[in-house]
Amino acid sequence: MPWIDRRLEARRARRELRRAGETGAAHDPGRERRAEQRARELLKSCVNEEEWAMYRDLGFLRVWGGQSALDGPPEMRGVDYAYLIYPHKPIVAYLPQTGRLLNEYCVEFPDETRPYGSPRLPDSDDVLAKWMALQGDERRIITEANLHLPGRQIDPRQIQRDLWRLGRWERERLARALRAETGSRRLAEPADG
Amino acid sequence: MRPGFGEQLIAEGDVDVAEEEQELIEEFRRQLDQGMWAAVPTTGIDGRREAEMVRAFEDIPRDTGRVIFFPRAAGGAV
Repeated sequence: MPWIDRRLEARRARRELRRAGETGAAHDPGRERRAEQRARELLKSCVNEEEWAMYRDLGFLRVWGGQSALDGPPEMRGVDYAYLIYPHKPIVAYLPQTGRLLNEYCVEFPDETRPYGSPRLPDSDDVLAKWMALQGDERRIITEANLHLPGRQIDPRQIQRDLWRLGRWERERLARALRAETGSRRLAEPADG
Repeated sequence: MRPGFGEQLIAEGDVDVAEEEQELIEEFRRQLDQGMWAAVPTTGIDGRREAEMVRAFEDIPRDTGRVIFFPRAAGGAV
């Protein structure tokens, strides 16, 4: 069974590497860069294509709030709201229709398993952790976070600029999609005569 | 996800093989005992990608290809 042997051998090798990684902590200047590269790949594999493009082009993600449904908290019912996720900055809640900023939710993902503290998550892992937590259990992460008024850590002018950039980015993306659709429709139409 | 390192494979196995499933269960519990949160990336019927937080091994859909562990959220920058 050579295929199974190869799989087992590869698994053994990975296990050895993991063990080595847990004990060997030699200085490696490229480690964080590689970690961020892996984190970007992981993020890309988890979020929607539009969200990935947004993060790649703008440096942040927008996630729609999920508590505006009829079974949500009374104060949020019927209100469309969204979050901006920045790496290693608070999550910002805002109203997309008016651009009004609601709150900053300061949240971190400290590694409690290491006795003397540790470096923080790579940027894209921090974004993915926030994205997963908001998608999977919005109330839980919002409850864990420290709530502040807008402007505590992120300059509101920067957020307004980012919202403007996001709007422009979405319009350009939509225009590109429409052009591509029109082009493909033209190609699909039979030629006259 | 591990601070300073990013994504690392911590366990893999086939849940249809009892011995491997047991190893996965033990690793899952170990991670949660260490204070990690676990999430499963999912794809909805409309193709939208989402994530589901799981607190017990039994909550993980059987056809899931991966579970992502990340440090538990804590309030930051008071």
